[in-house]
Amino acid sequence: MPQPPTHSASLDMSQPEPLDLSSGKYVKLWQGPQHPGITGNMSLELTLCGDEIVECKTHVGYLHRGFEKFMERRTYIQNFTVVCRIAVPEPTFNEYLYSQAIEELAGIEVPEHAVWLRALNLEMMRLASFLMWTGGISGAFGLYTVPNWTLTYRDYLLDLFEELTGARIYHMYIVPGGVRNPLPDGWKEKTLEILKGTEKLLREVDRVMLNNTVFKTRTRGLGLITPDMVDPYGIVGPNARATGLARDLRKDEPYLIYDQLDFDVVTGSVSDAYERTVLRQQEMYQCIDLIRQMLERMPTSGPFQAADMPNVLHWKIPPGETYVKAECTRGEYGYYVVTDGSEYVRRVHVRGPSYTHAIAVMERLAVGTNIADIAGLMVSLHTYPPEIER
Amino acid sequence: MTEQNASKTMLERLTREFQVSDIKQRKPGLTTISVAKDMAETLIRELRDREGYTHLNFMTAIDYIERGYFTIVYMLHNYDTRSTLSVHVNIDRVNASMTSIHTLWAQAWTYQRELRELWGIDFPGSPRIEEDFCLEGWDEIPPMRREFDTVEYCERTFESRDGRETVDPREHMHEVIFPQRGGDN
Repeated sequence: MPQPPTHSASLDMSQPEPLDLSSGKYVKLWQGPQHPGITGNMSLELTLCGDEIVECKTHVGYLHRGFEKFMERRTYIQNFTVVCRIAVPEPTFNEYLYSQAIEELAGIEVPEHAVWLRALNLEMMRLASFLMWTGGISGAFGLYTVPNWTLTYRDYLLDLFEELTGARIYHMYIVPGGVRNPLPDGWKEKTLEILKGTEKLLREVDRVMLNNTVFKTRTRGLGLITPDMVDPYGIVGPNARATGLARDLRKDEPYLIYDQLDFDVVTGSVSDAYERTVLRQQEMYQCIDLIRQMLERMPTSGPFQAADMPNVLHWKIPPGETYVKAECTRGEYGYYVVTDGSEYVRRVHVRGPSYTHAIAVMERLAVGTNIADIAGLMVSLHTYPPEIER
Repeated sequence: MTEQNASKTMLERLTREFQVSDIKQRKPGLTTISVAKDMAETLIRELRDREGYTHLNFMTAIDYIERGYFTIVYMLHNYDTRSTLSVHVNIDRVNASMTSIHTLWAQAWTYQRELRELWGIDFPGSPRIEEDFCLEGWDEIPPMRREFDTVEYCERTFESRDGRETVDPREHMHEVIFPQRGGDN
């Protein structure tokens, strides 16, 4: 068993000494904000000595739309059109967490049918996001066939979302008190069919990407995260699990119906870019299994919205605060919500895993890396800039 | 000792040693506490090193403009007991400044940089605290402060462009699409 991480005194958390840029030994290079290897509009200010990175600084701000400020001036229900836009590949987590937070603060009980439908949505979102990510990591290392496959299957999942919710990306399906509608007729059968195809696709990806010598050679040892980095850097999700730590909110602090499902936390042993890829691949198989379990066991009838909902156009929520979290594809995603008894939220803070993965962790891991591998390193950490800037 | 008793004992000790106040259990696994500004860094270090709150979920601020202070929130998590502690520290809005915790967590300086830019709270000694975070060349009041009016700023800063002509669908059908049929029949 791996030892739990500690705040080791030997871990150097200090900032590097400034470089003498007038020495003529260094070249400054900007990676991004628009580049195929960038996982969104974010930019890395790289200082190179030859082709080796000696300093990296993350710059964000290209997607800053002031969501948190915006939400303080909108009513609770108006914010539903806002929250899903915070993380494009996984909007559902924002819908769920915001709903969950205000339901907790307002004392609303969600019917069981809706709880299962929410969990089903979240797990499908995880699968769709992982498929998109697989396209990113393979593309970053020059395997351009895999993105075509995985994005096609992500699109099949988006078709299912469209049929269920009416929208492909911003579903606004999980609403306060429950969900908007139950499963349409025939949806379950279509989903099972697509899952069968996705599973077959993943086996192909195993062969083409994970067994590919070039991919293995380039990703092994790249961006190594050691267990003693996990807590000081706030590393969560697959990046932490790849070090061997069995930390998964779905298991550790089960929400919705995850305590009724049969699954084990997937872990690795050495958190480098290769191991993180393998781990996410295994988590995709796990997603498929969990969706099948849910479809098999979930109630097919019953209320899907709370009966005692207030008039949401004049909704005042008693003063309070809460922090809710869920395991998205990148780890702990959380909403901290403070209410003051008025019709407006007092404060919302969105905690996205990319905040630390793309800044503190990225800046440390990039040093000593070859310029050719920087895009792959960035994708291997699975970062989404919008959730940094909110 | 059960986890509930252990938590109670810990909170009693923190009250005694750090004058922690306003202890509230918000829900199972989430407790909020308040501590004075000058005790905060020592308390947080204690929680990390002795009580197992090794994970900093995030740091943020709430602007209580009507009361004249900011509340800085440190959300800490203990993976062993699966409990989360929200540590609140109130600081004056005028010349807002707080002790840096960048030596405790490697990602803390990023949060502090954000708090400085968006709320105007200084963290002396925090690395790269002067660098821009989200905003570039910002010379207005920090935008997350309650008195910053986004609409007023936009109207003052950006030119208004004429939008598309608004057409009432019913009238459009009546006058343009089906003039001979008398509208939307």
